[in-house]
Amino acid sequence: MARIDTILQTTPIRNVWPKWNRLHWQTAPVAIFLFSLFVIPVIMLLGMSFLGDTALPSLTHYQRLIEVPLYGKVLVTTLKVAFYTTLLCVIGAYPVAYLLATSRRSTRNWLIILVLMPFWTSFLVRTFAWIVLLGRKGAVNQMLLAIGIIDVPLQLIYNFAGVMIGMTHALMPLATLTLLAVMENIDPNLSRAGATMGAKTGTRFWRIYFPLTMPGVASAALLVFITSLGFFITPALLGGPQDTMIVQLIIFQIREALNWQFAGAIGVLLVMTFMVIFYIYDQVFGLSLAGGGGTAENANKSSFIRKVAVSVGNVVIRALARLTDAMISMLCLIKPATHRAKTSSRGGLHVVCTLILAFLALPTLFVVPVSFTSEAFLTWPPRLFSLQWYDLVFDSPIWLAAAARSLVVATTTAALAMVIAMPCAFALARDQFAGKQALFGLVVAPMIVPNIFIAVGLFFLFSRIGITGTTFAVVLGHTVIVIPYVIVTILAVIKGYDRNLDYAAATMGASCTVTLRRVTFPLIRSGLIASFMFAFIISFDELTISLFVTGGRLTTLPKLMYEDALLSVSPRLAAVASLLLVLMSILIVISELTRRKGGYRAFDQ
Amino acid sequence: MNERKNKLAIRGLSKRYGAAVALDHVNLDMIDGEFLTMLGPSGSGKTTLLWSVAGLNNPDEGKIWIDGQEATHRPACGRDIGMVFQNYALFPHMTVAQNISFPLEMRKVPAMDRKTAIRQALAMVKLEHVAERYCNQLSGGQQQRIALARAFVANPSIVLMDEPLGALDKKLRDHLQFEIKRLHAELGMTVLYVTHDQEEAMVMSDRICLMNRGQIEQIGTPQELYFQPKTLFAADFLGESNLIAGTIVGEENDCLTLELPGIGTVRVRSGNTPVSGSDIVHFTRPESLSVLLDADLRDNRVRGQVKEVFVSGAITKLFVDVGGASALRVSQLTDYSRCVRKGDIVTIGWADNVGNVFSGKQREAA
Ligand SMILES: Nc1ncnc2c1ncn2[C@@H]1O[C@H](COP(=O)(O)OP(=O)(O)OP(=O)(O)O)[C@@H](O)[C@H]1O
Ligand SMILES: [Mg+2]
Repeated sequence: MARIDTILQTTPIRNVWPKWNRLHWQTAPVAIFLFSLFVIPVIMLLGMSFLGDTALPSLTHYQRLIEVPLYGKVLVTTLKVAFYTTLLCVIGAYPVAYLLATSRRSTRNWLIILVLMPFWTSFLVRTFAWIVLLGRKGAVNQMLLAIGIIDVPLQLIYNFAGVMIGMTHALMPLATLTLLAVMENIDPNLSRAGATMGAKTGTRFWRIYFPLTMPGVASAALLVFITSLGFFITPALLGGPQDTMIVQLIIFQIREALNWQFAGAIGVLLVMTFMVIFYIYDQVFGLSLAGGGGTAENANKSSFIRKVAVSVGNVVIRALARLTDAMISMLCLIKPATHRAKTSSRGGLHVVCTLILAFLALPTLFVVPVSFTSEAFLTWPPRLFSLQWYDLVFDSPIWLAAAARSLVVATTTAALAMVIAMPCAFALARDQFAGKQALFGLVVAPMIVPNIFIAVGLFFLFSRIGITGTTFAVVLGHTVIVIPYVIVTILAVIKGYDRNLDYAAATMGASCTVTLRRVTFPLIRSGLIASFMFAFIISFDELTISLFVTGGRLTTLPKLMYEDALLSVSPRLAAVASLLLVLMSILIVISELTRRKGGYRAFDQ
Repeated sequence: MNERKNKLAIRGLSKRYGAAVALDHVNLDMIDGEFLTMLGPSGSGKTTLLWSVAGLNNPDEGKIWIDGQEATHRPACGRDIGMVFQNYALFPHMTVAQNISFPLEMRKVPAMDRKTAIRQALAMVKLEHVAERYCNQLSGGQQQRIALARAFVANPSIVLMDEPLGALDKKLRDHLQFEIKRLHAELGMTVLYVTHDQEEAMVMSDRICLMNRGQIEQIGTPQELYFQPKTLFAADFLGESNLIAGTIVGEENDCLTLELPGIGTVRVRSGNTPVSGSDIVHFTRPESLSVLLDADLRDNRVRGQVKEVFVSGAITKLFVDVGGASALRVSQLTDYSRCVRKGDIVTIGWADNVGNVFSGKQREAA
């Protein structure tokens, strides 16, 4: 005993100096960048709302927010739009994601391109395509008139339906990808195991498959809902006056009324809405689900609301299972099932998915014929063939300058974001360090906070330092927006990388740098290229930041298109849109091919 | 033994995955209550056959009858089966108890009876204490045992098991082999079993079905398969064997005279294996060979030098160089008073009725 005591006393207790040693300095650039160009501006903007007209603290703006009924009404509209968009997106995305998750890998890769079509094509091109398709003189109305189903053109856009169509189209890819990520990890043998235990098709789906996809449904819904709250382009271009959304109010306050403080107050209202939604979500599903965390641990320490939700959910699911089974057996009675029951049920899925995929991929293509019209207005069918609108674009120094600037900005942004984000992504993927959770939160925050906050905040900050209206300012702004996407995609690449390969290389005598150069990098290279492309495309298509930070002097391509579209929807826009479509398609095909060719993915059939 | 009815009949069953043929016109019959084990190299189609019986893959050709009724395309949920999947397929969103309860619920067993059944099933696999855990909180072996409990709990009339004991240690495996046999005997279900463990197959099965490249190579009792392999592949796959290529030099009645390089002339009373051509492969089991004392008489003898001696407890294995391409394997009970050492010159002998002869062409096929 005595010996042990003396040993304990004489051995110096190693002082493990916590925190600082374990901080990872390679994460500093991203942290500093986002702190100064994201956190501070947004807080400044929101803080301003507590100042009165005389720059003294006051709550006058909030008073106005409550007293004028318009603002409450707009908030309700916004929530309504977000709710229905979420509903439509999740319902539409579910079968598509299911089809993707259960089809062969090669098929899946091509289908994903279709799903991502709206994601890649510029916001404005897309919205514009809907105008071409659904306008009073658009393709759909002309066709219905020609067939004789209707006498007067239908009002398909510039109303709530238009907003729904545009937003669902824009956000369904997001929902599909989120669901797909979850569905891909569901072992297909589970359903089969259910079958061997006597569960019929409906029971198998509702009691085995569906509960397993629940985390995906929940996070898809959250993502879509949050994102749609921040929308303004689609409602502005496809909606009517009664479909004004809250962000449009902010823009109006800043650009027209020049009332910054009140804009800040509306911003605070939006932030509070967010918090309420996150709170409800956390109570029902648990926030960790959004990160794909373990479900088992949550179940034990669950809230009351969650317990209620779960038991209600179980009852509903059981009922649905019975109902579906009953319906299927009734169908079988009417039409005796042929031998291959499996193929026929798949047939229904194929029909539904074809329709949804057509909805996602086809509309954009309608801008192409319109751009070749020889008339002075948008008409359907377009009178062909003329290159006048292309000539107009290529002869215009304004359009060319805007395009050139957009290219420069997108390239610089993507490069800058990669350089500062990559080390951070490695640290996040592989190491444990103090403040990792907080850092991750900071890094993905710009994805969740509506771009309008960042845009206005940066405008405010940049005008103080006097760099508004420079290309540099636009690059900085875009980098803030792009960093989360870069980090999330690189994280996915690194996480999918089997670290045992590094260890194996080390056992064969490779040093750290050699391992990185000969083993790690070749394997993740295609992922990094895809990530760069992603950043490029997002920046190239970005409108909100550009709208503010350019300060009216400079212009980028999306900004020019937006302002043009607000004035009039002309075939010239169709020409620009078609050009963009071609450019983006080339980029996608290139990145898809590099991803397939270079990656180890090719082997993991 | 009184006549038992046919539980399962498979005729001409084929399944292709693209160009790969996973099952190639398989015929198989099982009587009610039989324990049949499928054995075969990896990729030989065992899982595919099991899945066809379960109704999980649509066979391209052929028919399956269960209890005399055609069931080729009957959905899995209508077959009254229980199955252990190769990767367990436990439901991750349910607790262990909920997993085991699922097949009972599907059969509309009342809640009270379910409770007892679950408890018994868990007791069988010695996992009563994990009932309320989620399946991802269990070790690989524990998961496997839950999968086993889930397959048996509802007393299905056919149980299909795809390597159900692969992840377990020896002791647990012995226990569960015993439990499975006991349940099989008590409940009389028909069991179709897949394993890589030959000893397990020998111990547990009424019959063994040896698969190779999507076809049934041989089917029979464990003894038949072991001592009377019908093909070179069967001889080679099961247990250890001495396979020596040579030629036929003489034939009288049922006795063949062979010329084997290095060994010389050997006589075999060939079994029922028809041999065409004169190129053959001669087969013996190591335990059929023995080290002779000078006085011993055997039909076949050959002298050689001992190259390796392995004593694994009760059995001693010798590798004897007789001048051929590969050494002869001899295994016999360890005899401490007469131990053979490395380098000794010994005489190996065997009777002419323990060997067998396969057509040499089979070698390429195998
Ligand atoms: N889903 C599939 N797609 C393509 N080929 C498959 C599929 N499932 C099985 N195969 C092929 O069919 C053949 C038989 O496979 P099966 O799984 O039945 O083998 P097995 O005997 O169970 O092997 P193991 O002992 O390794 O489990 C193999 O060649 C395999 O590659
Ligand atoms: Mg198998």
